[in-house]
Amino acid sequence: MENILSVKGIKKSFGGVHALKGVDLTIRKGEIHCLAGENGCGKSTIIKVISGFYQPDEGSIEIDGKGYPVMTPSDAIRAGVQVIYQDFSIFPNLTVIENLAFNQVLANRKKLVNRKEFRRIAEEAVAKINFEVDLNALVETLPVADKQLIAISRALLENAKLIIMDEPTTALTKKEVARLFEIIADLKKRGITILFVSHKLDEVFEISDSITILRSGENVISCPASEMNEEKFAYYMTGRHFDTQQLGQKKKKGAFGETVLECEHLSAAGFEDVSFQLHQGEILGITGQLGSGRTELSLSLFGLNRPVSGRIKVEGNEVDIRDVTTAQSLGIALVPEDRLTEGLFLPQSIIRNITVTRLDGLAGKTGILNSKTVTEESEKWVKELGVATKNHELPVQTLSGGNQQKVVLARWLANRPKVLILNGPTVGVDIGAKYDIHTLLHQLAEEGMAVIVVSDDTAEVIATCDSAIIMQGGRMTGRLESQDLTEANLAKAAI
Amino acid sequence: MKKLKTMDENVLRLTILLFAFLLIAGVTKGDSFLKVSIFQTMGKQLSEYGLMAVGCGICMISGGIDLSCVYVANLCGIVAGLLMQKSGFPIWAAVIAAIVTGAACGAFNGFLISCLKIPAMLATLGSYQLFQGISVVISGGSSVGNIPKAYSAFGSVTVMGIPAAFLVFLAIIIAMSFFMGKTVFGTRIYLVGTNAKSAMFAGIKNKTILTGTYMLSGLISGCAGLLSLARINSAKADFGTSYTMQCILIAVLGGVNPNGGFGSIPGIAIAVLILQMLSSYLNTFPDISNYYRDSIWGIALIGVLIINFTLEKRKTARQAKMN
Repeated sequence: MENILSVKGIKKSFGGVHALKGVDLTIRKGEIHCLAGENGCGKSTIIKVISGFYQPDEGSIEIDGKGYPVMTPSDAIRAGVQVIYQDFSIFPNLTVIENLAFNQVLANRKKLVNRKEFRRIAEEAVAKINFEVDLNALVETLPVADKQLIAISRALLENAKLIIMDEPTTALTKKEVARLFEIIADLKKRGITILFVSHKLDEVFEISDSITILRSGENVISCPASEMNEEKFAYYMTGRHFDTQQLGQKKKKGAFGETVLECEHLSAAGFEDVSFQLHQGEILGITGQLGSGRTELSLSLFGLNRPVSGRIKVEGNEVDIRDVTTAQSLGIALVPEDRLTEGLFLPQSIIRNITVTRLDGLAGKTGILNSKTVTEESEKWVKELGVATKNHELPVQTLSGGNQQKVVLARWLANRPKVLILNGPTVGVDIGAKYDIHTLLHQLAEEGMAVIVVSDDTAEVIATCDSAIIMQGGRMTGRLESQDLTEANLAKAAI
Repeated sequence: MKKLKTMDENVLRLTILLFAFLLIAGVTKGDSFLKVSIFQTMGKQLSEYGLMAVGCGICMISGGIDLSCVYVANLCGIVAGLLMQKSGFPIWAAVIAAIVTGAACGAFNGFLISCLKIPAMLATLGSYQLFQGISVVISGGSSVGNIPKAYSAFGSVTVMGIPAAFLVFLAIIIAMSFFMGKTVFGTRIYLVGTNAKSAMFAGIKNKTILTGTYMLSGLISGCAGLLSLARINSAKADFGTSYTMQCILIAVLGGVNPNGGFGSIPGIAIAVLILQMLSSYLNTFPDISNYYRDSIWGIALIGVLIINFTLEKRKTARQAKMN
């Protein structure tokens, strides 16, 4: 089979930073090729080189057998390269029709708007992937998955030969991912080549024909997907070996300490009649799809979603968790779902982000902060959790996702909580940091802390939790203990 | 040298700008500009709107804005003036009443913004009308004069050549620098201003912080009103209305981020000095009409915004590389 794309020895640096140090990438016609790697490995940069957005410092690009010494974005589009970015590059305030038809109309340099023609183009576009959608709907009102399909339909209108999808499954539910994969398989049948960028193991194995892994701007391996396994994959991505065996070990019921937290028939906005017990040293998973009430439940335990009925008991005493301060004084901590908008103060220093929950304690009675005390406290936690930074006075936004998550964790661990709730603890975190966080959770549980992991990632729940609650449509549909906590049982309980 | 390095970059830049400007003014207009009397006048004038700029500045750091500073100041001046006119009413009690009025106005703003969730710009735009209205009613629309000599003397007193008003300004600047830089409450103002939602998740009581911030702003504006009452010997409902824009200009020039979360009190203080000098310097050119002044302020504000934006972008890029 011939190659649709062949790039060789691509180098690209920004300022003094070498983002790509000589990357080779060969994609054969009609295959689904996966490009994997941790954050910052150069995945996005190589995509932008292929689509003509960046000019490489060195190296050659060949598309469909034709060499391009200098490639511009319009060259790439003419050669049939289409990129579907994570934000899909669509206009949220326009209708589906307008989004689909605009490019074509603009390309034909038409000055007047012909609604009928718009509609014809749009209908043709969605028919290509059997995508059913209200063409007159405003795009911003549609779910993420539909926005993505609009972007794909639009790419097909441009006679795409190679479609590059940048982490397409990030914001999708399982069902939506399955639908996306069907469409990808269909595109493949029609001879369209797909470059699928991802760092999610299971997806990569499920869909791709071959895999290329990048690590810090160099390719470490290119091989057929059949020659790859999970362990190798993690190793090539990070350069580290992980002992996941130990994390998978589950404690039996009865091996835990005393009951720390107890909910009895708890109801609040988003969920109803939830009862469970949480013990010292236990890692409890709360899992369910988006809208199952898992997030709302966690917020109720943290004073941000007031219960309407039922009881919460902490160490046997009934409590009324009115606000975060109350939760904090009861020894409950929560790492929120969205690190960027709920967890961090992005442009503020790492010091401020770590010490925010400890200010009163650090200042003492006077309310006056001694900068030395504050700095020392922050330094201690940076070291303890291994936050990779050269200077903790830098804004927290300069850190990678995993390190940012460690900062949010440090903030709460400093308060020595009895119950630590983590909502989506490893979303957008790379494999290495994910392993570090999971190891840390086990260590904390070992020391007697009770941990709740709220997650829709069932693989994560199975890998780290001792037991799990399954939620659906605001109700608790089951609880699985130790050895029963398997993928099959979780799927059963979710129905 | 190490001290210089740890100094806020922006404050350093402003200090250099201040001295560069003094140098230019000294060389070009040395005889008419570098005079003690001019500096004394400047010291009195800048104290009033300088304080309002600090009040507005801390609200901007908390992620909002206070457009009512000038009207709070006028209301406080009128309250104090009316009380002082009554024979036998102690001056100190009138001063305290004025400051309490300022704090109450600020608390009202804070209530609108933090409890009723009205955007700060609209809330203070509305409340300034209210405060102005109250001022007009209680003063009968005319200026409140006949201030006791004992109080108005404060407007002309100097300590070793330095006007007393300027000393008050300096004292409040020092107190506020400490408050914003060193206390738990001050730190929380910065954090709430950066991201109110994250602050909530981190257990910060946003309502308390915001109400406190606006109350403080009102209190400082009250002090400004007292200073102008002493200087011009009267108070009026529509005095110094052009100061509102100037306060915002000063806060931004001083390094306050209009989106909240950043800015320092010393920065605002130096910005006040720069602006007052620029204004007095322009006065020494009889050919430049006062009509030009608004355009000059406008250009200055836009220029500062552009410079701050570019510098911020470069700084972020540099920091991203460091980690």
